[in-house]
Amino acid sequence: MDWLYQLTVAPFADYGFMRRALVACLALAVGSGPIGVILVLRRMSLAGDAMSHAVLPGAAIGFLVGGLSLWSMTIGGIAAGLGVALLSGVVSRSTGLREDASFAGFYLASLAVGVMLVSLKGSNIDLMHILFGTILAVDDQALYLVGGIASLSTMTLLAVYRPLVLECFDPGFLRTVDGRGSLYHLIFLVLVVLNLVAAFQALGTLMAVGLMMLPAAAARFWARQVSSMALVAVGFAILSGYLGLAASYRLGLPSGPAIVLTASLVYAASIFIGSRDGLLYRKLAAARFPRQVLGQ
Amino acid sequence: MIGKWLVLAFAALCWIGAAEAKPLSVVATFTVLADMATQIGGPDVEVRSLVGPNGDIHAYEPTPDDARALAEADLVLVNGLHLEGWIDRLVTVSGYKRKIVVASEGIKLRSFAGEAGSEAPVVDPHAWNSAANGAIYAANIARALAAADAEHAAGYRDRAERYAGELRELDAWARRVISAIPRAKRKIITSHDALGYLADAYAIEVHAPIGFSTTSEASAGEIAALIQQIRREHIKAVFIENASDPRLVEQIARETGATLGGTLYPEALSEQGGPAPTYVQMFRHNIETIRAGMQQN
Repeated sequence: MDWLYQLTVAPFADYGFMRRALVACLALAVGSGPIGVILVLRRMSLAGDAMSHAVLPGAAIGFLVGGLSLWSMTIGGIAAGLGVALLSGVVSRSTGLREDASFAGFYLASLAVGVMLVSLKGSNIDLMHILFGTILAVDDQALYLVGGIASLSTMTLLAVYRPLVLECFDPGFLRTVDGRGSLYHLIFLVLVVLNLVAAFQALGTLMAVGLMMLPAAAARFWARQVSSMALVAVGFAILSGYLGLAASYRLGLPSGPAIVLTASLVYAASIFIGSRDGLLYRKLAAARFPRQVLGQ
Repeated sequence: MIGKWLVLAFAALCWIGAAEAKPLSVVATFTVLADMATQIGGPDVEVRSLVGPNGDIHAYEPTPDDARALAEADLVLVNGLHLEGWIDRLVTVSGYKRKIVVASEGIKLRSFAGEAGSEAPVVDPHAWNSAANGAIYAANIARALAAADAEHAAGYRDRAERYAGELRELDAWARRVISAIPRAKRKIITSHDALGYLADAYAIEVHAPIGFSTTSEASAGEIAALIQQIRREHIKAVFIENASDPRLVEQIARETGATLGGTLYPEALSEQGGPAPTYVQMFRHNIETIRAGMQQN
């Protein structure tokens, strides 16, 4: 049994940085898994990627003002992200411009401002690099931040869960019975920004969105209800974080890509063997009920 | 009428004078080369460094300004050895057609075999980090300056000779300082693998969580191995670098109880007034900082 211990537990028992990385992954999974599911439901899967660029100018200003301080960069990132999210949310709701188009408009403007700031400051330490962390260098402050945001996000999501999900499927109905559909949508956008900023601090841009969207997309192949989809997504995200870190430890792979690749493998496997609409399942069903029209 | 001609003649004289006094315009890719060119070129050259003080040369993004500087340059100095991955394209777009001088020419290269011998060996580009190599750099630069500006060649040769003497002394001094420390204690940790030549020249063991380029990402396995080694060999000398992300090294220091021994300047000079505004001062600062750290081991 010793080899099993060596393989699964020892890396985390022996090294503090591995424990920190794992805890950061757990917190991110709990926070951003459900957010990812709702993004998928709202057909906003690419919004996360857009937001990762949108926070850049804020993080850059935070860095230029406060140096390599977690808090100044986080506050700057949140401010810029919220600005873009809220503006594009308001514009799409009040003008009829599609949400994705309005997002694209604002995030590109924001990205341009960020690149401009970074370049004007000259070629000091590669800013794009330093603005975003690596999971192996997570310190206590970053852990508090990630944990705090995950808790806040989960509680807020629970509070607005019903109207938010209702709004995903039938915004017209919610508008007639409640009239505050836009408010829920804006709260949700705030949560998206918070979770992404937390993930940037811990993981870096690429990783942040990967751990949010891939498990959510995979969960869609296993669960029917939104709540169970969210649970499955959290489970997949935790699994990817753990397996990715273990692989990075055992095989000497870079950690960020290892975690996201693990999540991609889970996603790819789900496409084939997922119990809901998975390719294999469809094939079996088609063989068993040849006349039934599938996919309805 | 005569007055007008006099003015014109005077203006022409001024113009000729200005043209004669115009110094050789040299563009270097980063601060170390720029400083060497300044030391050797003296008043006869005007040097510009593309990557500024404290700048990360691996991840640099050139600006249109850089392309313009290159187009107007008389001479371009690069390190070579794939350190400046961005320079070829920049030269192409700028239309610069004159000589590109590779300062590291003639260095005895240090390389690592690729993974399992499958790839070509990876060459370590940070060759200036031994003072003996620095002297080779200086000789290459002096030769290039003399060739590009024959009129001032004597001046270049004189200053280069004096500078080479300074670097030889520096090398001898570093040897003396480091050899005073017992061999078992000569072990340090830095952010990325930039001090290989220094390590080889003065018999120091240097370890880093990431490789030759700051743009690569660390693996958990390598960090764990590094931490284990630090604990086993009681290494206390852990350093951050002026131009790369300090957080990974800070994490390692936390984990092992090592203390951060200060900032090294492995590949970018500091601002004027900082601890390492010239190549010689940078080298001296690095050796002294490393010496102080290793004494804690």
